[in-house]
Amino acid sequence: MPGLIDKRLVFVAGKGGVGRTTVAASVGLAAARRGKRTIVCEVARQERVSRAFKREGVGFEETELAPNLFAISIDPQRSLEQFLSDQVGSRRLAGLLFHNRVFEYLAAATPGLRELATIGKVWELAQLERRSRQTSPYDLVIVDLQATGHGLGALRTARTFGDVAHVGPVRRRADMIDSFIRDRERTGILAVALPEEMPVTETIEFAAALERHMGMAVDLTVMNSVLPERFSGADAEAIERVNGGHGAPPVAAALRTALTEQRRARAHRAQLRRLKGAVDGEVATLPYLFEPDLGLDEWERLSRELERRL
Amino acid sequence: MSVAELLEGRHVCVCAGSGGVGKTTTAAAVAVGMAARGLKVAVLTIDPAKRLASSLGLEGLDNVERRIAPEVFAAHGLEMRGELWAMQLDAKRTWDDMIERRAPDAATRDAIFGNRIYQQLSTAVAGTTEYMAMERLYELHEEGRYDLLVLDTPPTRNALDFLDAPDRLSRFIDSRSLQFFLRPGIFGVKAFGRGTGLMLGMLKRVTGSDLLRDLSEFFGAFGDMAIGIRERAGRVNELMADPRTTFLLVTSPRRDAIDEAIFFRRRLRESGMPFGAAVVNRVHEGVHETANGDDVVDDLVALLGPKLGRRVAHNFSDYRRIGERDRENVARLAAELRGDPLLQVPLLDEDVHDLGGLAAVAAHLFAEEAVTA
Repeated sequence: MPGLIDKRLVFVAGKGGVGRTTVAASVGLAAARRGKRTIVCEVARQERVSRAFKREGVGFEETELAPNLFAISIDPQRSLEQFLSDQVGSRRLAGLLFHNRVFEYLAAATPGLRELATIGKVWELAQLERRSRQTSPYDLVIVDLQATGHGLGALRTARTFGDVAHVGPVRRRADMIDSFIRDRERTGILAVALPEEMPVTETIEFAAALERHMGMAVDLTVMNSVLPERFSGADAEAIERVNGGHGAPPVAAALRTALTEQRRARAHRAQLRRLKGAVDGEVATLPYLFEPDLGLDEWERLSRELERRL
Repeated sequence: MSVAELLEGRHVCVCAGSGGVGKTTTAAAVAVGMAARGLKVAVLTIDPAKRLASSLGLEGLDNVERRIAPEVFAAHGLEMRGELWAMQLDAKRTWDDMIERRAPDAATRDAIFGNRIYQQLSTAVAGTTEYMAMERLYELHEEGRYDLLVLDTPPTRNALDFLDAPDRLSRFIDSRSLQFFLRPGIFGVKAFGRGTGLMLGMLKRVTGSDLLRDLSEFFGAFGDMAIGIRERAGRVNELMADPRTTFLLVTSPRRDAIDEAIFFRRRLRESGMPFGAAVVNRVHEGVHETANGDDVVDDLVALLGPKLGRRVAHNFSDYRRIGERDRENVARLAAELRGDPLLQVPLLDEDVHDLGGLAAVAAHLFAEEAVTA
């Protein structure tokens, strides 16, 4: 089985707030450093990746942010338009179709059509033979994927669509996408977790649902934002002994902060053990960074931490 | 002022915000606090974390609200003067119930339930879960059995998706006109002029005729029900804008979450939605306002020795920077609120995943001085 970074398509999954974009960007930086032509796809029109490179507004264009590292923000509407024009074989005819009212109705009424077009664009980016000769293939496509509900929505889109459309070109395309996504040689899944009760539970449930509904496995789980072990149990006892026995408020605040840090770091270790005990694949950790905001410099640092595990 | 005063006289409280900011926790803590004060409260959640649900004795929740046993609160030392009810929203069930109620006869109902388009509707159409959450809220509101309904909104990518949900549903329902074009036998017939004939030919080439037939059948069976459902979507929208409804905008103090909260606040203002307060969860507090590690390192070294003293000082400086960031971000949000209330819940030592944690959050939200801006 190829390592995560040697696959063609990697989905970075996790719920809101776990640091998915940070991890997706860090994997992208590590891959680009190894000389792989890499593209990071965002699907929620937030463009955090390009913003960190001070290149806002990349939109639906494949844009090179750094040597070997590209970004795109995938727009469902534009993806659908592109898919149609490939099917119809003429941009002019596709344009007519697209701006026709009946088609508008159809696009609104067909469950999952837009979602299929979005995942279809990701698939297209991962093909060695791209849709147009002007575009070059990528070695690695990384998708920053918001997981909702059972976390599988987007990954199951192609399959769901198969249940909607029995036959026809859309169905054929959906089947191709589905089998590419479920091929472990070519597609990898990276799950992002935080060292807290609920996110760990959700990550464990995501892995189980992925197995149950898609027959797929998580290749790598990244436990993000793990507090460093700054204080041992003995340190905490030493701090407890002097805690409360002096007057200056800032000193008291510093002591309290150290004790809190020690308790939280210990709780993080417990969650890390729980995660490792419950998931099959490898678990990598990324440290919590005491920075007000994470930008390109921090992503570089994290990508070097992750590099060994990819 | 506290949440109790903010919610005085309100019938509906919608907790909105982007994913991962503690919406479910906030919704549950608000509901616990208001019920403790003597109201009959129902909290509607989408995807409650397992341990939270089990700590409330609510495993296996379905689309019907259930009362949380008073003993559960007593076990955590909470005095419960009112009643707390909870339910987990099930979008598919809500759709099914709606069809069940509105279908003119059993044959129509079965035709809809058996249609493949319908079967995928609740899972695959963006905004359906959001809309169905509002729909269920509206039903409970109509029934009038509760003093207060608290809605935990779905974990959308983007907080705004929630507000767009009724429009999306209306767009979907409008597309029933499609049925007119897709009637059996219309393909190849030039009844609608060359343009439409060509169009349908192309559509058929792209999607396959099966899909078109299923759509046609679905909207055929959907028929007159669509009008009723559409009207209802309009009334759901009215309930959202009703003065007895209020929105709590939930966020974390991180930059991206605050950016989104600011955006959402503007959108609420533009659409005339009633705004209650912003709730900022997990704020780093208790770090001294002016001093940092350099100011206390000598004292700490004297107390703890050079090695540990310096580490404690260094750690203090790190947390102070994060605390500073939180303060700046919260101030940015406060400026956008233009005097509307803002509540802060500090980052607690323990994760919030059970009733004890909820009680701790509620203690902050319901403190006399909870509202800081």
